[in-house]
Amino acid sequence: MTWLLALILLPLLGAVAVAFLRRNDRLATMTAFAVSIVELVLILPLWLSYDPGGERLQQVSSLEWIPAFGVHISFGIDGIALLMIAVIALLVPVVFALLRSTDKLPEDKDIGGLLSLILLQQSLTIAVFAATDVFLFYVLFEIMLIPMYFLIGGYGGPRRQYAAVKFFLYSFLGGLIMLASAIGAYSLAADELGEGTFDWATLAGVVSEAPLETQIWLFLGFFLAFAIKAPLVPFHTWLPDAASQAPVGVTVLLVGVLDKVGTFGFLRYSLPMTPDASAELAPFVLVLAVVGVIYGSMLAAGQTDMRRFVAYVSIAHFGFIALGIFAFTQQAVAGSATYMLNHSLATGMLILVLGIVAGRGGDTRIDAYGGMAKVTPVLAAMLLIAGLSALSLPGTNSFISEFLVLLGAFDTRPAYAVIATVGMVLAAAYILWLYQRIMTGPVRGDAMLAAAPGPGTAAAPEAGARKTIRDLGGREIAALAPLVVLIIGLGFYPKPVLDTVNPSVEQTITAVQER
Amino acid sequence: MNPFLAQQLQPVDAPGIDWGAILPMVIVFGAACVGVLVEAFVPKHQRWSGQVVLTLGSIAAAGIALGAYVSGRPSHGVLTMAGTLSIDTPALFLWGTLLALSVAAVLMIADRSVEPGGSFVAQAGIAPGTVQDRAQVQSTGMQTEVFPLALFALGGMMAFTAANDLLTMFIALEVLSLPLYLMCGLARRRRLLSQEAAVKYFLLGAFASAFFLYGLAMLYGYAGSVRLADIATASAGTDRSDTLLFAGFGLLMVGLLFKGSVGPFHTWTPDVYQGAPTPVTAFMAACTKVAAFGGILRVLTVAFEATSWEWRGVMWAVAIISMAIGAVLGLTQTDLKRMIAYSSIAHAGFLLIGTMALTDEGLSGTLFYLLAYGFTTLATFGVISLVRDSSGEATHLSAWAGLAKRSPLLAGVFTFLLLALAGIPLTSGFIGKFVVFSAALSDGMAPLVVIALVFSAVAAFFYLRVVVLMYFSEPAPDGPTVSVPGAFTTASIALGVIVTLLLGILPAFALDWAGAGGFALGG
Repeated sequence: MTWLLALILLPLLGAVAVAFLRRNDRLATMTAFAVSIVELVLILPLWLSYDPGGERLQQVSSLEWIPAFGVHISFGIDGIALLMIAVIALLVPVVFALLRSTDKLPEDKDIGGLLSLILLQQSLTIAVFAATDVFLFYVLFEIMLIPMYFLIGGYGGPRRQYAAVKFFLYSFLGGLIMLASAIGAYSLAADELGEGTFDWATLAGVVSEAPLETQIWLFLGFFLAFAIKAPLVPFHTWLPDAASQAPVGVTVLLVGVLDKVGTFGFLRYSLPMTPDASAELAPFVLVLAVVGVIYGSMLAAGQTDMRRFVAYVSIAHFGFIALGIFAFTQQAVAGSATYMLNHSLATGMLILVLGIVAGRGGDTRIDAYGGMAKVTPVLAAMLLIAGLSALSLPGTNSFISEFLVLLGAFDTRPAYAVIATVGMVLAAAYILWLYQRIMTGPVRGDAMLAAAPGPGTAAAPEAGARKTIRDLGGREIAALAPLVVLIIGLGFYPKPVLDTVNPSVEQTITAVQER
Repeated sequence: MNPFLAQQLQPVDAPGIDWGAILPMVIVFGAACVGVLVEAFVPKHQRWSGQVVLTLGSIAAAGIALGAYVSGRPSHGVLTMAGTLSIDTPALFLWGTLLALSVAAVLMIADRSVEPGGSFVAQAGIAPGTVQDRAQVQSTGMQTEVFPLALFALGGMMAFTAANDLLTMFIALEVLSLPLYLMCGLARRRRLLSQEAAVKYFLLGAFASAFFLYGLAMLYGYAGSVRLADIATASAGTDRSDTLLFAGFGLLMVGLLFKGSVGPFHTWTPDVYQGAPTPVTAFMAACTKVAAFGGILRVLTVAFEATSWEWRGVMWAVAIISMAIGAVLGLTQTDLKRMIAYSSIAHAGFLLIGTMALTDEGLSGTLFYLLAYGFTTLATFGVISLVRDSSGEATHLSAWAGLAKRSPLLAGVFTFLLLALAGIPLTSGFIGKFVVFSAALSDGMAPLVVIALVFSAVAAFFYLRVVVLMYFSEPAPDGPTVSVPGAFTTASIALGVIVTLLLGILPAFALDWAGAGGFALGG
């Protein structure tokens, strides 16, 4: 059994165990947390045993599933998948540790159910990054929606039903269209090789030699699924709803990791399988990407709700990632691949910190807060670090990724790179403005000050009195510390991450560059 | 002696009968006849147990006979009864499917604990609302004729899927339909609705049969024979009237598509599914669908393969209409049984896509889909029959709100079945869609497949609506209770759920069976 399989199976078993223990809140919480920590520790041997200069896919294991269609349950990772698996293993324990600060469960729900579903989600997400069989990838891509659907619909905010169904239907439709493309690729391989297969490497070999017109159809099917997942404008409308209604911890995983399946799909499936079509249609994708950067930034600036704010910030960032991928240069794609990691860290932390803010103040409206830094200086510092990373300040992890994307894109697509640079400026504006509105100035806002007492309630506290809001406790600081360390550490020393992805990136884009 | 009789004096060669091949069907028909005798001669209090043992025993015996025959069967099938029946691999697969599904359906029919005395009225002849009718509401008797009726219907379905000429097919169609018309009107609760369903089904079914017969006559006029293979041979020649051929084909298909509840010939489906006793609905939804599509597959493949370019466009339109009606009207339904009825219309559209492919993959894909869909829909109706209030089954959607809080197990099972109907991976519904769509895609029907995928997503919305309702809504204050199912219904639901899961995770063996061979084209 490979380390990779252990990483997939452990949270699955954990989810079952926690589901059985859900009557006992304390035991369920401890078990779930312990499982997530072991999972994180297991990343170490996986990372160490990964040889960046070695085979394209490592930690390979395979089992026959449906022989009639040449379907296998096969897993394996490249450097890009390794990064994504590592980041979800890191985020889950952080989310668990902060759950009490960020989320209040609906009354009749027990926490064990939530934790169990998150562990299940973790297992499926790791599996989807590790799948090397296209059929298996599709199956996991769709199955993955079910725990997320119950996480949003069962534990979310007031409009959770709407958000859950919208999320599910968007992704499900995208997945079905992808299925059509996957079947198309399969029958192409069946004609070509005389025997159908869903093996990723074989399919990529066959399909990449297909005529352009065929490739375009197959590309479009995969593209739609990934563009909805990522999400690219104009397929993004489900994200603000889902991100604002899901519990904070779940939003972290949704925006931080799950959505990366989309950009990961571009790298793993779109580019190697349909290189001609990718090259042919790149301008259209780039337009969507750049529109996403500008549109996401402008809407983020205009949001009055913190959760929706983060969703639009992410849409802008996904635009950057897509720009890098479809620029087809080594630097740009490497930038995008590391951005997938860095965005998870930066946005994950931003969502968590804003979640703590909203948890303390009991309000997600931005204008309900003001001058909070005076009351909670440590929380303010955390928000600043997360924010600076999200706006890609030099010295934080995101800077090097965004810089590489723009640099690489400028070589081949200068116009798009220039427009996207405007996005960087806008990012500075909306992040700093958010920080300013919440943290600086005099203490003000509904969440910070008691409301004016109504007539006849003489005993109520004086209007304008400060509510007591605690600063971060030791446990919360400890939970956020790993993120802070990584954000600053990778900002100054990104080499390990770049070294891990570079060979995989090179293999990914050789096919396209040859065209 | 008159000349007609004189002719009969010539020695007549009795047609050869391959008893081993048709034994399963003979057992079912024989048991049905014995069942009628049981009704006549066995004392009333012993009838129910006698009928249950007889029915389940005969189905099991037929299954064993089938299993024994399959292992040693000739690989290209046999034609028997003077070429009127073709016992080939698809027919055997469909027989197995029908027998397995009818076990689950009969278990539901036999259940007497969910509804005291069973879902069936003691005396269907009493008019609703009369004094006698009010008196019989109190009784717990049950019209046990339903068992032989089910066996006759089952036998008719088996004959239908094996029929090698149109006349045999027509007779089998009537044999399977007439008992179903009767069974629809036997509901213990909501008698008027049930009788309305029966009359509606009968009248529309009679029309459909008439269409079928008219088409048969035209095809006989065209080919000079009712044999499917002869029609294929005749259509290869060019000197005959194409008008006759395609008019006959069209009328024939109307009759068949009606039975498969394919839109736009579906109008009976919602009313009948809603009005019939739920076990009968389950039986119809699963077994009739299997039989009808088995028949369509055979007719299209054996008789009309050569002319497929002429009729394929029309069938495309029918499939699209069926999926559109099922998916879109399903969204507006507020009654669960009606909703599943519309879902079955959408599924009929998907099935038709596989049927049209006329390739080996299309054949095996459609057969697999039928097996998978049959078990899922059976278990779905089984679960629906468990949620009840004082007036019987609570099938209105609002009654299902917040059900997950009160009965998490039932809600979980139902969610799984709905996901299977929606075609989510790791359920049989997904593998079924996958095999059918991949067959259609490799046969050059890519646009149709994309349309079908879009309608799958639309249909997923109304399945999700029920899931949302069960899990995320507040329960109604005077909501229905969930009956503790008796052993029979439990077994039936469990069977459906296990098969749905098994075919979703390990479909290889069933795909191998379904793909073991094609129709016997000869004769």
